Amino acid sequence: MLGIQDPWVALAIILCLASTLLCVVYAWLNWNRGDEELRTEDVRWAAEEDKVEETL
Amino acid sequence: MPSDVNLLDIVLVLLYVFATAFLGYLGYRGTRTATDYLVAGRKAHPFVMSLSYGATFISTSAIVGFGGVAGMFGLSLLWLTFCNIFIGVFIAFIFLGEPTRRLGHRLDAHTFPELLGRRFESRFVQVFAGLIIALLVPLYGAAVLIGGTEFLSTALGMPYNTALLVLAVLVAAYVFFGGLKGVMYTDALQGVVMFVGMAILVIFTYSSTGGISEGHRQLGELKDLAPASLTSIGHRGWTAMPEFGFGDTRYNLWWIIVSTVVMGVGIGVLAQPQLAVRFMTVRSKRELNRAVGIGGVFILAVIGVAYVTGALSNVFFTTHGPPFQGRIIQTVDADKGHVLLQVMKQDQDGAWMDVVKETNRDGKALPDTTQPVRLDDQGKWLPVMKGTNANGTVREGVIIPAVLDRDNPFVFTEATGNRVAQGRSLSIVYAKGASDQIMPTYISMAMPKWFELVFLLTLLSAAMSTLSSQFHTLGTAAGRDLFESLSGFGSGQRSRRTIYIVRSAIFVGLIVAVALGYYARKEQAFVSFIMRATAIFFGVCAATFLPAFIGGICTRAMTRAAAIASMIAGFLVSAAWLLLVKVPECTVIGLVQDSLLAHKPNWPVVDPLFIALPVSTLTAVLVSAFTRKSSRAHLERCFGTPPHAAPRREPIPELVQP
Repeated sequence: MLGIQDPWVALAIILCLASTLLCVVYAWLNWNRGDEELRTEDVRWAAEEDKVEETL
Repeated sequence: MPSDVNLLDIVLVLLYVFATAFLGYLGYRGTRTATDYLVAGRKAHPFVMSLSYGATFISTSAIVGFGGVAGMFGLSLLWLTFCNIFIGVFIAFIFLGEPTRRLGHRLDAHTFPELLGRRFESRFVQVFAGLIIALLVPLYGAAVLIGGTEFLSTALGMPYNTALLVLAVLVAAYVFFGGLKGVMYTDALQGVVMFVGMAILVIFTYSSTGGISEGHRQLGELKDLAPASLTSIGHRGWTAMPEFGFGDTRYNLWWIIVSTVVMGVGIGVLAQPQLAVRFMTVRSKRELNRAVGIGGVFILAVIGVAYVTGALSNVFFTTHGPPFQGRIIQTVDADKGHVLLQVMKQDQDGAWMDVVKETNRDGKALPDTTQPVRLDDQGKWLPVMKGTNANGTVREGVIIPAVLDRDNPFVFTEATGNRVAQGRSLSIVYAKGASDQIMPTYISMAMPKWFELVFLLTLLSAAMSTLSSQFHTLGTAAGRDLFESLSGFGSGQRSRRTIYIVRSAIFVGLIVAVALGYYARKEQAFVSFIMRATAIFFGVCAATFLPAFIGGICTRAMTRAAAIASMIAGFLVSAAWLLLVKVPECTVIGLVQDSLLAHKPNWPVVDPLFIALPVSTLTAVLVSAFTRKSSRAHLERCFGTPPHAAPRREPIPELVQP
């Protein structure tokens, strides 16, 4: 395949392309899924994170 | 700066610098804090976010270091690209991202050690993890620093040590005066330039090697030129996997590639402290879902291309590289013009001299020199004699594999039959034996100067953002996980002393990284320092943290005792393997003169992860089965109330953790 004789290297190329396709299809199907309301813990975490960043 | 830089080069580079500065300014003025992202709801475009992630995580280490390794070992490294995409993006973002984010927010954890420490209610876990991160980050920092240094020294014609010093000063200025927070838009621009740069690079590479199939075919044909040092450990060409088996040194390369490169780095990415912290900064699972697609494409385009280009640079150099002259000492394949050349040079009088190399008693290569050719009775050239002088310095001829020039294979012929041939060699020869120099040398020789300079700036700024992320991790490990955790200071008391500790830790870490960068060149070994340093960092992190991390965020069953036991077991087994068994690490560290398993082929090249991760995983499972779980109240704090659970009662006193 594509000038490569060793099937194990050809398989690596196929898997690279297939896994990239998998990532793209997954992102496309779930583009607007997973959004959620902000919780108290998120607000508290963000405020503390800002303090940590200030220290740095 | 070299004299071949013209006005167009300067204009393009200035444009790039201004664009970076402008986007940096926009980013600085705009959304900056966690509160802005998470609470105020200011949105970053998913492309911007994903590309900035990519630019932070992919750096000179991957492009320069691992690209060079592909130049030496071949396309078998594409298995690592597959792992980077499937494990590092798909698995990590989809299965680990959301649990990490949710648990981090529930427990108000802001560093990776703090996440583990709070999940398992153990200060020991936090301090131990912080200590390991503080110890190991400078090693990974050195890998990134060396990648940038190699490119800087090649592009600007600087000595390596000067380039290292320049880069160290730049990094120090960036980290101490510019702050540690990456500016998302600048990072995203770096990501875009990296993406476009790699696209140009791969198109150029395939077009200069005759197309995709033809390029691969030509690369496959070079296999009979692989140096003996590679074929003896199982190299079977640049388009084939190395020879597989166990119990013989001819299988060493398979174990190096699979256990160290593919598994060590490919699996190790899951337990990267910086990645876990990044997961906590996203607003919801939706951002992670979106980042998966762009991240996958970005990794393929940048990492995949770096490996393909690194391997194909061999075809470019054997067809377009600057020619070497010398006499043929062995014909490998007459039809293909594959030969071994004793390299020769003409002196100022036009006489042909043998080029010889010297290696001192410690195995360090000295600069090449020339010597007059020895003649036999008929005036024919004799081979260069290999010899050792009184100081123990070994002197021998420089012999390189070469493809004869098709148009002008011989440049000098004597009546005695002595002939000087002309041919081109493999990438590793042009990189002077250092695989870390293959990519900089290839880009410098093959691409236009403007491309090289823009690519240099991109790599340098990518190195900056990666290094700042690493030193951010180091600083928080030292300040928050070690100092504050051990001193018991709360957030109200932390400021001054913590800042002092954080800055000192970062300064010491930077000094150590620079020292390692200096040492790496001095001790330039056969296999890339960048690759080995990266693999050690990833491997030790995975063996030590992965079972506790995955067990901690995904299950309620993992116990505190199991987390402590698995972390200690993973770290100790990794350290013991590195100090006593793994070659060349154990001999470089010097605790032993040779690997304890030197007489058992293949074991000394097996990566510590291969042994330590199963041990730490097994430890986690077994200890969890026999030790007391966390209290129900704590688990509900971590994971919420399970669906269909009975209403929670007050905790029974004897089950409360001490």
